[in-house]
Amino acid sequence: MSNSDLTRIFAISTPGDGAAVETSSATSRRTFIKISGAGLVLGLMPLPEVAGLGGAAEAAATSLAPNPFLVIAPDDTVTVIIKHLDKGQGAATGLASLAAEELDADWSQIRTVFAPADATKYKNLEFGVQGVGGSNGLSNSYSQYREAGATARAMLVSAAASAWKVPAAEITVKAGKLAHSSGKSASFGEMAQAAAIVAVPKSVKLKDAKDFVFIGKSFPRVDSVAKSNGTAKYTIDQQMDGMLVAVIARPPKFGATVKSVDASATEKIAGVVRVITIPQGVAVLAKSTWPAIKGREALKIVWDESKAETRGTAEIFAEYRAALDKPGLPVRAEGDAAAAMAKAAKVVSVDFEFPYLAHATMEPMNAVVRFNGTKAEIWTGSQLQTVDQGVAAAILGIKPENVSLTTLWAGGSFGRRAVPDAHFVAEACMIAKAYGQPVPIKTIWTREDDIKGGYYRPAYLHRIKAGLDAAGKIIAWRHVIVGQSIIAGTPFEAMAVKDGIDLSSVEGANNLPYAIPNFKLELTTTKIGVPVLWWRSVGSTHTAHATEHMIDILAREAGRDPLMFRMDLLAKHPRHAEALKLAAFKAGWDAPLPAGRFRGMALHESFKSYVAQVAEISLKDGGGFKVERVVCAVDCGIAVNPDVVVAQMEGGIGYGLGAAMKGAITLKGGAVEQSNFDDYEVLRMSEMPRIEVHIVPSTAPPQASGSPVHRRSCRPSPTRFWPRRAFERLRCR
Amino acid sequence: MPTIITVNGERRSLDADPETPLLWVLRDELELTGTKFGCGIAQCGACTVHVKGEPQRSCQITLKDAAGLEITTIEGLSGKVAEAVRKAWASLDVVQCGYCQSGQVMAAVALLQAKPKPTDADIDTAFDGNICRCNTYTRIRAGVHAGSKMLGG
Ligand code: FES
Ligand code: FES
Repeated sequence: MSNSDLTRIFAISTPGDGAAVETSSATSRRTFIKISGAGLVLGLMPLPEVAGLGGAAEAAATSLAPNPFLVIAPDDTVTVIIKHLDKGQGAATGLASLAAEELDADWSQIRTVFAPADATKYKNLEFGVQGVGGSNGLSNSYSQYREAGATARAMLVSAAASAWKVPAAEITVKAGKLAHSSGKSASFGEMAQAAAIVAVPKSVKLKDAKDFVFIGKSFPRVDSVAKSNGTAKYTIDQQMDGMLVAVIARPPKFGATVKSVDASATEKIAGVVRVITIPQGVAVLAKSTWPAIKGREALKIVWDESKAETRGTAEIFAEYRAALDKPGLPVRAEGDAAAAMAKAAKVVSVDFEFPYLAHATMEPMNAVVRFNGTKAEIWTGSQLQTVDQGVAAAILGIKPENVSLTTLWAGGSFGRRAVPDAHFVAEACMIAKAYGQPVPIKTIWTREDDIKGGYYRPAYLHRIKAGLDAAGKIIAWRHVIVGQSIIAGTPFEAMAVKDGIDLSSVEGANNLPYAIPNFKLELTTTKIGVPVLWWRSVGSTHTAHATEHMIDILAREAGRDPLMFRMDLLAKHPRHAEALKLAAFKAGWDAPLPAGRFRGMALHESFKSYVAQVAEISLKDGGGFKVERVVCAVDCGIAVNPDVVVAQMEGGIGYGLGAAMKGAITLKGGAVEQSNFDDYEVLRMSEMPRIEVHIVPSTAPPQASGSPVHRRSCRPSPTRFWPRRAFERLRCR
Repeated sequence: MPTIITVNGERRSLDADPETPLLWVLRDELELTGTKFGCGIAQCGACTVHVKGEPQRSCQITLKDAAGLEITTIEGLSGKVAEAVRKAWASLDVVQCGYCQSGQVMAAVALLQAKPKPTDADIDTAFDGNICRCNTYTRIRAGVHAGSKMLGG
């Protein structure tokens, strides 16, 4: 599918005019008006049709649903409709807490369900389409969900005021209860029906930060129980009557296509139902998962590799190295780096290699599709609902509004489920269309599909050359980055590629905070036939590592303490400086270490959050090292739920550390050399450092990475005091 | 010929290919989807079940081999230790995406049943086969210790 197709799809499915949208959706949805009878429903919007909102239609006449974001039912539950995917970052908990805050609900009455794909109601206010990325799930919704709660609260108060014949201003709301000094009181549930006929207020006043009861406090996640007793349902768990399971035999090299298939052995396997060739490969449909997997093994496929990528990692890096010597596109330039370098007392040049990385989400990709020729239903852990819905519609030849998409809990994403080409939904739709019968088909990826399947963090090569003056001050910095663009050629290109520069290739390097008078950053974008994608913290996965490592090298060359070396360069960046000071203080930067322990630090800004870390390592007998302890300070604006922020930092540190120390995707002759967790290794329990997270107090709005969606890679982790072996290993990664 | 297995105390008769891994029998035939697929090659622990209280990888046991075994899945986990682990998991908010957590809880319960007061080294050994891509390891460790405390350990 071409880019313009996608752009068109976006345009169709994201009307900007809210009023027009409501009119059109009223015809296709069961509305509140139809259920409860006109005349009662001044200003009410259609009750959101949401999977999992049990009995919504029946309850509608007595429920309060003043906006698409929450429903207050007579049983006193408050169901918050979550517009973003929750892949572990806590979106459901975070968004629910925003509504609960302004509603003054009791946390125990809060339920959550995922919103259907419907950009008219649920678009990301920063993207214009429904979806979440760049860790902006909370920041784009911060006012929206608070207003949704405040609106419902105002209606409840107004209903109570009428019922009790007292002034609204005299009514208090606390922990899900309305009360008046006369002794009258009511639960939200008791007042819901009366509140449903109150006119929706045009504007509402939001609380002062000092009055928050949830925001900034730690309160339990909404999903802890269901996820620890096996009842939370993920896409792979969908079991429906007549459902088929499909797995796809994928080409051994990216870009290869099917030349011929011999499915005779496959078709003999009990449970195999059909073999279908689609552009992505050969799909085996079976009555359950195991025959589908067995059936795939039995296929004999001849691949056409004439258009396939055949370069291996060695060839790719050889080309990248050659590119380092040619001028790249200028990204940022200040002063005259070349002239200053010529005058430097000491010049250091270091190359940093970064391999392709698979996200290896715990739940591999999958989607369930049921298509009856005119309408489609999709169930998946969708991160870009509007894209998935639009691509599905284009493939199935129907309008996006005829594709209903239900978002389910997702077993991790780290960016993997936000795919601009919607490929894993697309292939499931192609299979459903080709199969031609209205049965649900669950297309699943095995771990081998996942590790070999591309959409990797791109490989990059960096060269940083820096000059110090006689006093050990950095006077020149020339940084060259070579690698693939994640965003060029996708519908997000107009947003994030400027003058040929994919901002995601250089983020973290182009906003280096240190005061360096002569600075030059260049980018060379390469074309390799390996599909690439954003991977937790995106550009910072490599830029933070390269720049912070270099700063450490320069501090050592200058004979300076890495903390003070950095602090001296941060006068104009107080948020960086505060985070760094806090991490250093909490880590006991000056305290002596036991023998065999070493300490280092790193500092980085990503998605407008500021993170500093101090790590301690020990040497292992027989070589190698272990990261023993990481002390992390983070400034992410208001931490809506500090404990979720802490959890995200812990997870991000582990995820980054695993990548820095273990995982790498390599290619030989175009074929990926790894296939599962035995050869694409990830961090395990015994390798997880002790982690302490400290949040810099803030009243700034939650930043792009605001709490629940906070993610950070620990790739930049400390190097300064690491012994040479460790140091070399990290550098050559 | 159907194969008879005992899952969560119930005898079940199954017609699936006897070579089918127990994992897929549980998930597809018995709709016990709490047991998760993560790798299929004994590397991740997402598929952990208990066989006579011992943690086992259900992706590595064929239906044929499961005949006659007493199998417990996350859905059938009960008793004091299971309750303590669940309580600890909830109070510490261990989960993130949650996909690995059935396996982690199974591993935690098995460990605490065998060793009521596990050391950090015991935890490393018991959990190194259970991957968590969200890297909730810090809290899993804390959860095991908290569960141990609740049980009087
Ligand atoms: S699925 Fe059995 S160990 Fe991973
Ligand atoms: S909680 Fe996501 S993989 Fe463990």
